[in-house]
Amino acid sequence: MRFHSFLIKYGEIGIKGKNRYLFEDALVRQIRFSLKDVDGDFYVHKAQGRVYVECTGEYDYEETVEALKRVFGIVGICPVVRVEDRGFEQLSKDVVSYMEGMYPEGNLTFKVEARRSKKQYPMTSMEINSELGGVILDAFPGMKVDVHNPKIRLNVEVREEIYLYSETISGPGGMPVGTNGRAMLLLSGGIDSPVAGYMIAKRGVQLHATYFHAPPYTSERAKEKVVDLAKLVSRYAGPIQLHVVNFTDIQLYIYEKCPHEELTIIMRRYMMKIAEYFAKENHCLGLITGESIGQVASQTMQSLAATNSVCTLPVYRPLIGFDKREIVEIAEKIDTFETSIQPFEDCCTIFVAKHPVTKPNLERIEKSERNLEEKIDELVKTAIESAEIITVEQSKTP
Amino acid sequence: MEVYLDNSATTRCYPEVGDLVYKVMCLDYGNPSSMHRKGVEAEHYIKDSKDRLSKILKVNPKEIFFTSGGTESDNLALIGSARANRRAGSHLITTAIEHPAILNTMRYLEEEEGFRVTYLPVDANGRVKLDALKEALCQDTILVSIMYVNNEMGAVQPVDEAVQIVKSYNPSILFHSDAVQGFGKYHIYPKRQGIDMLSVSGHKIHGPKGIGFIYINEKTKIRPIVFGGEQQKNIRSGTENVPGIAGMGLAAEMIYQDMDMKVALMRDLKSYFLEGISKIENTTVHGLTDENSAPHIISVGVAGIRSEVLLHALEDKGIYVSSGSACSSNHPSVSGVLKGIGAAKEYLDATLRFSMSELTTKEEIDYTLETLYNCIPMLRKYTRR
Repeated sequence: MRFHSFLIKYGEIGIKGKNRYLFEDALVRQIRFSLKDVDGDFYVHKAQGRVYVECTGEYDYEETVEALKRVFGIVGICPVVRVEDRGFEQLSKDVVSYMEGMYPEGNLTFKVEARRSKKQYPMTSMEINSELGGVILDAFPGMKVDVHNPKIRLNVEVREEIYLYSETISGPGGMPVGTNGRAMLLLSGGIDSPVAGYMIAKRGVQLHATYFHAPPYTSERAKEKVVDLAKLVSRYAGPIQLHVVNFTDIQLYIYEKCPHEELTIIMRRYMMKIAEYFAKENHCLGLITGESIGQVASQTMQSLAATNSVCTLPVYRPLIGFDKREIVEIAEKIDTFETSIQPFEDCCTIFVAKHPVTKPNLERIEKSERNLEEKIDELVKTAIESAEIITVEQSKTP
Repeated sequence: MEVYLDNSATTRCYPEVGDLVYKVMCLDYGNPSSMHRKGVEAEHYIKDSKDRLSKILKVNPKEIFFTSGGTESDNLALIGSARANRRAGSHLITTAIEHPAILNTMRYLEEEEGFRVTYLPVDANGRVKLDALKEALCQDTILVSIMYVNNEMGAVQPVDEAVQIVKSYNPSILFHSDAVQGFGKYHIYPKRQGIDMLSVSGHKIHGPKGIGFIYINEKTKIRPIVFGGEQQKNIRSGTENVPGIAGMGLAAEMIYQDMDMKVALMRDLKSYFLEGISKIENTTVHGLTDENSAPHIISVGVAGIRSEVLLHALEDKGIYVSSGSACSSNHPSVSGVLKGIGAAKEYLDATLRFSMSELTTKEEIDYTLETLYNCIPMLRKYTRR
C-alpha cells in the first residue's frame, strides 16, 4: 500500500491554551528537522488544528516513519492514502481498494468515521458513514460493523482531496524540543547520562552537554564514544553543543592535595561547577545528570547533597528513582546501550579509591577543599578556557 | 615530531607501492578472469607478483595463493589442511603464544569440528619448549603450527628445530608457520626449511591492507574454505584483489632489497634504544634481546604505569606505540603472552610494544627516549593508591 501523507497526532500540546500555536510551530519545525536527511520531498504544514506531512513523489516509507517516531510531541502517526474527490461512486471504489490493501484477511469489525472540512460536499458526515459502511459490508462479506469497539476505525476526511486512514503508529510522546528552555547535560560515556538527556529532551528541553576527559588517562576513543552518544541523543533532541573539558590537571591536583577517599566527591563538585559555568554562559536553566539514588558511592543521598550544594541552578535527575535494569531498558530502546558499554575508561574511575566515602560530610569536604585554594581557581579557569566545543548533529541512520 | 613505532601493527605504504596500487585501480582495472585484453593485462600483475614472491621464498610461483591477509591465510592453512587430512588423524599442535588468528581458529576446530589441539608452553623468553613438542607428537598428529616471530614480544621461534623434530617423527605431518612478523626481516626458504605452509600479510611490509598470501607446498593436501568462481585453482575463490596483489609484490621486493643491511641498522637502533631504556628505573625488557629476538620489536614493562596511560601520554607527544599486541588491544585484558612467559605481575598490564621499521631513524629514537625520561617520573607520581 502506498501512502501519500502522514497525519500527525499530538497530545499535550492540545491543552496548552493560548500558547498552543507556539507548541505547534515548534512541532512543525522539529518534524522538518528530523526529515531533513530522509530521502524524499516533504511538505509539513498545519491545517485545522492538525499537522500533516505531505509526501510529494517518491520517498522511503520506513525511514520516514522511523524519523517521525523520534520527534517529541508526536503521539501518533497515521499513514494516509489521499484520493481525488470525483464523486461518491469513485470514493466507494477507492475505499474498497484501500480496505483490500490494508486488511486482506477481510474479517474484522470496523466503523467509518467521516469528517468534512469541505462543507459543500453533497453528503453529510452521517450519510457518508452509513453509505460507505454499506459499501464495505457488500464488498467484504466477512466484515462486521461495530460502532463501540471496532478493530478498524476508517477515517474519511473530506478536504480538497479525500484522506483515508485507519492505522496509528505510536510516537514518542512528550513535547517538541525548544518549547521548554535549555539545560546542560553532564554527559559521561556511561549508560545513564544519555538516557537522562533523552528524558529531559522529551519534555521539550533543548540540550547542551559537557564531557570531562583526562588525557592521557582516558583515550581519544573514549571521547569519540561520547561524541557518538551525543549524536544518538541528538536524533531525538536535535543539535547538541558538546563542551569537552580537559580535567586532568584538576584531577591530579585534587589527588595530590585531598584525602583519597574523598577524591570522587570533590571531583564531581568541580565538574558541576564547570558545567554550571557553561550552562549559564549558554542561558541554560538547569543541569541534568544521570544519577540515581544509591547506585554508586557518589550517588548516595549524602553524596548527592554534597555535589548538589555547589550549584545554584536546579539539577534535574530524571533517573533518580530508576533501577539499573529500567535505565538499560530505555538505553536499549533509544539505541545508546551498545555504544555505552564499549570498554573505555572514563575519568571518574581512574584514581578511584578502594573504599570511597559513601556518607560524605559537607563540612569535612569543604575543609579538604581548602587545601586546593592555592591553584584550583587558576586550573578551573584554564580548563574552562581550553574547552573544545563540538556541535553534534544527528547523522543519517547510523 | 611524529614518531611511528607501531610497525608490528601496520606499516606505512612505500610511496612506489601506493602509486602502483593507484595505477592498477584506475587504469589497469580489468578482471583477471576476463577473456579480453583488459583481463589479460590484469592477470599479468598477478603473475608478476607471484614471480616476485616465489623468488624471495625460492618456491614455485604456483605454490603462492593470494588471500585477504594474514588472518585468512592462517584460517585456510589450519581449517583447509585439517579437513583434508582428517582421515590421517585428528590431532593438531600449536603454541600458547600464537596470534588470535591461529588460536581462535584452533579453538573453532576443537569445538566445532572435533579436532584435538595441544597448545605448547613457552619458556621465560617466549620461545616454544621443544621438549613439550616432542612429547605432544603422536600417531594421530596431522598438523603443527608454530609462528615465525611472536608479534607481542618479538621472540623468534625455533622453527627449524621444530620442523626437524616433527618431520623425523613422521614426515607426513604438515608444518605451518605464521610468518606475518617474520617475512621481510628474515630470509625464509620454506622448501629448504621443510615448512609446508607459510602465512604472510601485505600491510606489515609497507604494502596495502586487505591483501596477504599463503605459500602451500604443492604436495600438501588442502581444501578450500571459501567457495565461488574457482579462481586460484579453486583453493581461494573470488576475483583477485589485483591492486593489492601488485602492491604487495612490489613491497615484498622492496623490503627484501638490501635487507641484511637494513636489519643490521634496525638491530643497532634496537640496542641503542635498549641501552636508553635501561637507564629508567623499574623497567624491564621482556624476552631476549640477542639474535633470537626480532630486530624490530621491543617489549618494555614500565612498573607503576598502566600501559594505556603511558601510550596516550606518548601519543600526546606524537609517538605511536602499542600496548601488548595491537590486534588484541581492543579487549583491554591482560596479555596471554606475558602471562605465558611468567612475567612479573607488576608488568602484566604495564607493558608497551615499540616496533620499528626500516624507516625509523636515530633522531626518532632519541626523541622517544627523551619523552620517556620526562613522562615516566611524572606519571609515576600519580599512580593508583
